[in-house]
Amino acid sequence: MKKDEVPQQNAKAFMGHSKLLYAVDDQGRYVPAPCNGWEAEEIVLDQAIAEYLRLAEDAWCRAKDGRASALEYHMYRQRMDVVLLAQTTGYFKWRVRRDLRPGAFQKLGPARRERYADALGLTPADLDRLPEQP
Amino acid sequence: MNAAVRSDEVLVPYEHRQSAHCETGVISGLLRHHGLPMSEPMAFGVSAAICYAYLPFIKFGGLPLFAYRMPPGHVIRWLTRRLGIRMHMQTFRQPAEGTRVLDRHLSEGRAVGVQTSAYWLSYFPPDMRFHFNAHNLVVYGRRGDQYLISDPVIDILVECEAEALQKARFTRGVLAPKGLLYYPEYIPPRVDLPRAIHKAIRFTTGMMLHVPLNFMGIRGIRTVARKIRGLDPGHEHYNKLLLGHMVRMQEEIGTGGAGFRFLYASFLQEAAAVLDKPTLTAIADRLTAVGDEWRRFALNAAKMCKNRMAMDYGLLADQLMLCADQEEAIYKQLRAEVK
Repeated sequence: MKKDEVPQQNAKAFMGHSKLLYAVDDQGRYVPAPCNGWEAEEIVLDQAIAEYLRLAEDAWCRAKDGRASALEYHMYRQRMDVVLLAQTTGYFKWRVRRDLRPGAFQKLGPARRERYADALGLTPADLDRLPEQP
Repeated sequence: MNAAVRSDEVLVPYEHRQSAHCETGVISGLLRHHGLPMSEPMAFGVSAAICYAYLPFIKFGGLPLFAYRMPPGHVIRWLTRRLGIRMHMQTFRQPAEGTRVLDRHLSEGRAVGVQTSAYWLSYFPPDMRFHFNAHNLVVYGRRGDQYLISDPVIDILVECEAEALQKARFTRGVLAPKGLLYYPEYIPPRVDLPRAIHKAIRFTTGMMLHVPLNFMGIRGIRTVARKIRGLDPGHEHYNKLLLGHMVRMQEEIGTGGAGFRFLYASFLQEAAAVLDKPTLTAIADRLTAVGDEWRRFALNAAKMCKNRMAMDYGLLADQLMLCADQEEAIYKQLRAEVK
């Protein structure tokens, strides 16, 4: 890629920052070339974020009618899934899946709540709370 | 090193230079800081970090892992090993201990590299924060409760609260950083760069051409191409997630596919001068062309995800096959050059 062909599409995700690429100058030599956004990256980034939002909203709706725990909502909210939450807490996947059910979640002991809260960067009290909007 | 010390402020003079990739950026920056001239592409090339691997058994948000470089830690380990540099590397069990030792290094006037999760760093733009545990950055000072950070992928110097940095350094899970901090302890007065480059190119071309596994190197690219061709059009939501994920691994997470091709081509240009082999420059040009092809693939795949282009798995597969063919020819020629 030539230096003057480096896309500059001002991705909103970059919030005014730019990332660095290497591109060739007029003499064919490689030089560092900042890039403040590219359509392809923006599309796939939006897609990834939208997928977590979709999962979080779905969990939020189910948590509202008591079919899911607030923990499930918070998990997706923090861009995690069962596998990642299991890895981060050190619990087995089946255990995390069980704890996501509203009944099992209610019975969680303080140590386990603490561990989940810590993995999600929340306080144990936050785990119960469901915001007004997803 | 002269550290300007005030009661609640420590600051080690460190030159921030933005780089394309975090690990190569941190290690080349630290080596320059300790007096060894080292560009980012050179660090990337000599550590032989470029690679391709398709690992369907490792899931990332339910999707397979596509790696365009060697696993995290490879750059630091192999760059320093090939150049005879000794690194001080330390991990911790207790987060508080990790923070204390970091503070001690700073007060002794030492800028140190640390491994962190990208998610908990407060200065990262929110949309860029994902749970990736092998981000690298340099801490060069502390002002009150704020650590002063030179993050190689960010264009400016940044700051991060002590609490957030500690959380980022001690997150658990796959590739858990365990508070890893590092700095070069010994740099030999003379490093044998030509020999290191030679060995590294042998390693890289071997990885890309001769690993007898169908998910590694050129074979891996072809496997993925066949997989894309065979995607079931009925599962469009999943297919789009998969393609988007592939492009994201390629272009964003650590600058990925095309970015790494350009980085490696830049290394080959430098290597041509060091080894006095002008043919490497010609190979670099061909690698640039492949990088451009990877970017066209990424753009097409992204547009198809967004319905800005008709979904065509065959077209994407053909593009990947083209990348594989071209890269195979390039690495073969490169291997012949360093016989």
